[in-house]
Amino acid sequence: MEIIMAILAGILFTTGVYNLLQKQLLRIIIGTALISHGAHLFILTMGKLKRGAPPILDKTITDYTDPLPQALILTSIVISFGVTSLLLVLAYRASKENGTDNMETLRGNQND
Amino acid sequence: MISNLTILPVLIPLIAGIIATLFHKKLTLVRIFSQVSTIISTIVASYVFYYVIQNGTLVLESGDWMAPYGIVLVGDLLSVTLVLTTNIVALAAVFYAPYSLSDEQESFYFYTFYFLLISGVSGAFITGDLFNLFVFFEVLLMASYALIILGGGKVQLRESIKYVLINLFSSMLFVTTIAFLYSVVGTVNMAQIGQRVSEVNQSGILTTIAFLLFFVFGTKAALFPLYYWLPRPYIAPNPVISALFGALLTKVGIYSIFRVFTIIFVHETAITHQFFIWIAAFTLIFGVIGALSTNNIKLIVAYNIIPAVGFMIAGIGIYNETALSGAVYYLVNDMIIKAALFLLVGAIAYLAGTSDLRKMKGLIHHYPMLGWLLFISAFVLAGVPPFSGFIGKLLILQGAIEANEIIITIIGLLVSLLILFSVMRIFIQGFWGEKDAAIVPNKPLARKLMLPVAFLISFSVFLGIGAEWFYPITEEIGNNLMNPELYIKSVLKE
Repeated sequence: MEIIMAILAGILFTTGVYNLLQKQLLRIIIGTALISHGAHLFILTMGKLKRGAPPILDKTITDYTDPLPQALILTSIVISFGVTSLLLVLAYRASKENGTDNMETLRGNQND
Repeated sequence: MISNLTILPVLIPLIAGIIATLFHKKLTLVRIFSQVSTIISTIVASYVFYYVIQNGTLVLESGDWMAPYGIVLVGDLLSVTLVLTTNIVALAAVFYAPYSLSDEQESFYFYTFYFLLISGVSGAFITGDLFNLFVFFEVLLMASYALIILGGGKVQLRESIKYVLINLFSSMLFVTTIAFLYSVVGTVNMAQIGQRVSEVNQSGILTTIAFLLFFVFGTKAALFPLYYWLPRPYIAPNPVISALFGALLTKVGIYSIFRVFTIIFVHETAITHQFFIWIAAFTLIFGVIGALSTNNIKLIVAYNIIPAVGFMIAGIGIYNETALSGAVYYLVNDMIIKAALFLLVGAIAYLAGTSDLRKMKGLIHHYPMLGWLLFISAFVLAGVPPFSGFIGKLLILQGAIEANEIIITIIGLLVSLLILFSVMRIFIQGFWGEKDAAIVPNKPLARKLMLPVAFLISFSVFLGIGAEWFYPITEEIGNNLMNPELYIKSVLKE
């Protein structure tokens, strides 16, 4: 199970990086979203995957999963959600102001 | 109970930031409120600093969860020194802001984001938990995203996309690296990671993780070859925002490298720390070439961040007590002088009506004080005695000679000369020469803009002349950094 998840996270990373290297702004943002998904899956996998075991430590429960990665993912998901929405608004405004969403032409020059 | 002091430098700006949103349109009120809050925060930070000098490391176990399980906030000497420096920089910025920002920019939540930035930076300095460090990174980055687009100009929007993307990518890598580290050592508490890594002897996989972390922090700190994103986004926003960025953001990256590579990854120094020295050498050279390559005075100062970072990385790469205490001295000095230079250059560009060096001349006739402040800060930056830059560099280079690292010593000395030249160009071309009749001097505004700069520069001069007072503190920090078991013991209480 862990191996499959690790491969899946790897695929998400590669597609994310591929999209990140595109010229169109929207594709780049999708790339960052894919990479963050990959990172989140990866954290979950690192805490060992177990079925049917709650992430709670209690006297009655003998078999439990590590709750820490889940707490970390939750934080990380919220953060990447916030950043992605900010990035979308930013990209919209930037492409409106500059009249293009192509990174080649958004490079800027020496004089400004 | 007294350990609650540790969280105050994070909490005060956070609360002040929230309160400032309530009356963001009433400019006079929000200005006074922000100035008073920053003064209070500085006083509290000074008290925490004083307390830690007197009584040793403060550790707050939040929610009363014992050290390795809950989140710990650790106010050791290095952290509280940097928190105090952050507050001093913030103090200068908050008094500069009303004269530099437009009313519209100020009312669009400048003060809120400013406080959140300070809160995030202080939090990153004070946390003792690797994942919490990531969270505070995000807090300060979010505030910086908002600050960089404040005003929404065409250039700002264009540059901010690059800034957000590079930071987002390195943050995602940071999370992934934490996951790697968690799977190997099973904890995210820095002290406990350090303890466990020393128990299992740093194996190959841990050294690989060390390099991944170095890549993440190196991107934030703008090291060679990852600095290319830094100069342009840093000059896009208003000077006061540039000053906060230049003084604080890259330094958080440097601080993280200091922490991680003195507590956790200290067993393979022949691989990791030797690598840092090479990186430092290239960072020094390429940064200063950038500073010499442009005629834009803001870009000159922005490029000068890079060689300064190079000096600090050289200090950690050399890895002995002298070099580390020198690097800490230089870090404190650089936070203050970079803020001063950004504010100063912002004032010059505003008063001269251009940031192009070729179009400037004879400013000294209109603004003599401005010229001499720039002159002094160039000396501080390059490390001319008796100013504070000198002592930091002297200690780093002395440490390099002790460790027989001759090449980095020579490069460091040559680069210092070039740094002096790069800033002196502003003085020579902008201030010397014929009087420019086209400029109508605005003396009252100049005086208001110069006051915060003079405050910061006087601190730099004090750190240089008062070295006898400040050096023992950095020496102790250097000693603490060389002996990670002190930090581990104070956090885990074993």
